[in-house]
Amino acid sequence: MSLNILVFAKQVPDTKNITGKAMKEDGTVNRAALPAIFNPEDLNALESALQLRTRYGGKITVVTMGPPAAANLLRQALYMGADEAVLLTDRKFAGADTLATSYALACAAKKIGKFDVIFCGHQAIDGDTAQVGPQLAEKLNIPQITFIEEIKDVKDGKLTARGIIEGGYEIIESKLPVLLTVLGTANTPRPQGARRIMQYKKAVTKSELAAKHNGHVYEDANPIAEEEKALRAKNLWIHEWSASDVDADPARIGLAGSPTKVKAIQSVVLTGNKGFVSVPATEAGVAGLVQELVKEHILS
Amino acid sequence: MAENFYLDNGDIKFNLNEVGLGTVVALRESDYTEAKQFPEAPVDFNDAIDSYDKVLAMVGEICGEMIAPRAAAVDEEGCHLENGKVTYAKGTIQNLKDLAQAQVMGVMLPRRFGGLNYPVTVYSMMTEMVSRADCSLQNLFGLQDIADTINKFANEDQRSRYLPRFCTGEADGAMSLTEPEAGSDLQAVQLKATFDKEKNKWYLNGMKRFITNGCAKIHLVLARSEENSKDGRGLSMFVCESGPNLIIRRIEDKMGIHGSPTCELQFNNVEAELVGERRRGLTRYVMSLMNGARVAISSQALGVAEAAYRNALKYANEREQFGKAIIKFPAVYEMLVNARVQIAAARTLLYETTKYVDLRDMYDEKCAHAETPNPELRKLEKQFSKIAAALTPLTKAFCTELGNKVAYDGIQIMGGTGFMRDFPAERFYRDVRITNIYEGTTQLQHVAAIGGVMQRVLDPLMAEISKLPFEGKLRRLASAVDMAHEKLQRAVKTVETRKDPEYHDIMARRLCDMETIVYCSYLLLRGALKDKTREVLAERYIQSMLPVLEMHAEVVTTVTAGIGIIDTRETILGGIQ
Repeated sequence: MSLNILVFAKQVPDTKNITGKAMKEDGTVNRAALPAIFNPEDLNALESALQLRTRYGGKITVVTMGPPAAANLLRQALYMGADEAVLLTDRKFAGADTLATSYALACAAKKIGKFDVIFCGHQAIDGDTAQVGPQLAEKLNIPQITFIEEIKDVKDGKLTARGIIEGGYEIIESKLPVLLTVLGTANTPRPQGARRIMQYKKAVTKSELAAKHNGHVYEDANPIAEEEKALRAKNLWIHEWSASDVDADPARIGLAGSPTKVKAIQSVVLTGNKGFVSVPATEAGVAGLVQELVKEHILS
Repeated sequence: MAENFYLDNGDIKFNLNEVGLGTVVALRESDYTEAKQFPEAPVDFNDAIDSYDKVLAMVGEICGEMIAPRAAAVDEEGCHLENGKVTYAKGTIQNLKDLAQAQVMGVMLPRRFGGLNYPVTVYSMMTEMVSRADCSLQNLFGLQDIADTINKFANEDQRSRYLPRFCTGEADGAMSLTEPEAGSDLQAVQLKATFDKEKNKWYLNGMKRFITNGCAKIHLVLARSEENSKDGRGLSMFVCESGPNLIIRRIEDKMGIHGSPTCELQFNNVEAELVGERRRGLTRYVMSLMNGARVAISSQALGVAEAAYRNALKYANEREQFGKAIIKFPAVYEMLVNARVQIAAARTLLYETTKYVDLRDMYDEKCAHAETPNPELRKLEKQFSKIAAALTPLTKAFCTELGNKVAYDGIQIMGGTGFMRDFPAERFYRDVRITNIYEGTTQLQHVAAIGGVMQRVLDPLMAEISKLPFEGKLRRLASAVDMAHEKLQRAVKTVETRKDPEYHDIMARRLCDMETIVYCSYLLLRGALKDKTREVLAERYIQSMLPVLEMHAEVVTTVTAGIGIIDTRETILGGIQ
């Protein structure tokens, strides 16, 4: 068996290591002050994909939508073991909410064409919506299994996986192609490989290659085209697709395609205001505590 | 930013960029022709340095994010021996898996076997970081010297059978040298190798003790192949596999490096292959292996020093007593400043040493592969070999004693808290204690180094740095170091004129220390010339160490002081009740 696997990943600001400058005065994220990192659960998604490829063979293509610098994320994916990388980048994609994002990603998946399994991280650490994976499955009209911790097996055109539900887990079988959203507890992402780093550090996008030539326009020969050909032959080419490359409807992408409007962002600091309440270690005391928790909608 | 032991330590990168690896890399990469065959090979020097930088950053992240957080549990759990099988701590198993996936288990090996073909210098930077994260893991990661020894001395058939297994992490190694009666004195090795003519095979019988990772799959064994021989010339080197005839009798219960199993082995007719030529086991191959291991132990101790220093620095900044952070007290910050400056000195010495080890190895390989003997190449190989041999024991003595000192002060700075097992300071102290013992004690490093000191092997290197265009403060410091250099030369002369071997031995320690002080001073000055921000490191080192050199000079040139120890020792140690 040989599986065509897609992994969708996102470059996010590193909210795990916040410094003082991370927030602007209006409470929005100061992206310039935070290093851009591979969204943690997308690394788990990639690791799941790599493990699946080890078991069944196949090819992994990693796709990201973002600014040109998101090519760094794709190189990281190649360092870890991905086979091919696609950067979806266009000013027209900017300002997208989850609906517009999943539409754009679906256009990219359709352009790639063949896929058996799509992996997404469960959620990104910047938006925390966990919506893009499920929406993408809907747009592609394929089944989805969410909150995945383990892939049991793939056989006879079906995939079985274990997903976490409240208070337990469920084992779900789905026909292929299927989209999976992977949890951070699923695995520990592998380190990058030294030989792969040295090889794929030379992988570039079209824009990066052009920037290397400093916008120079060549009259006779075209060294850029020559170099592109050589890089493609060595599998060092990161595909760079614009909105028109993936036949995206301009009305459904970017700000135009995003019904979500941010009204305000508040910095909320949680504080307890009742102080410490001591509960007597008696049946009546515990019953009172439980009632209190039910009233506060902490227990239901 | 995630914890990264490379990116948070600019000193390593400074050495990578400034030590001067141009010739080494060009030789290793056969003038960058490997790039035609291997997509990961560099096309020029800048490409190579960029690759080293990126891969070191990757290893730095594994060290900071994965290995270091597991170190306390590894120390607690340790290794276990059950039914003849050794089990590593869970964290160790995971660490080795991570490092294998990171493709760094064959760092120095040729690409055709799956290695990275990196210089010793870059490999040592990795071992330093691994050791900073978990000293005991360095004993497993650092066993790459064994594969490197096979690469240097085995035949191509043996190489192709053993080396790819090291690179994938499938196989690990052990160097089985020490025996109950052969510790520092390896000439006394008894383990017997007999050749069975009918089967056309060698068989090993005997005992080995204190074998690091004796549970390894592949063993390099020093054994007596020449019957009735007594000395080192009757010893040969063998390679063998673990199996039912190679029995692990026990593992030691040690003070530190709990993650690394130290085994007692019994060889019951274990089938083995000869590596290289007979009778050259100790004199050539093991000496080479040991020298490589001495460099590795130097970086191991330096890694612990770095960990202990950072731990103490953080604590001193956070802990308040008498209404202020304790780092504000002179007695505390003096210890920290000294640690920082000495670590910088040790690091520049270590990577200068590895550069010469690299040069020696590369010219040696070039000579071996030359179609006709090339006296020009051989001369260079001899020259670098001499420098590497002079520097290696000095470096090992300095780095390992420093590691102990910084770990000791690290506890001191934390006070009672440092003595508690809740914090890593006491682990650093226990782990580093072995480094100035194994692969030759500090005292034996002095024995190994004194020849080079007496022959003034490093004088031309010192003179070369002295001639650099220093100005202002650096010029004044350089002049002070020049004078210290002359004092060192005079001290050597004093000892030399007295033709008494015992006197030479008793003064060896001081002369070696003086040599280290002068050379480190020059190296730090050279660094300051390249980066002005490092001026303060050079200044502080020179100002604090030249008085120490003066003291040694005073003792050495006052001949009676040394003679006094020799003459009175019997009375003092046994004559008075």
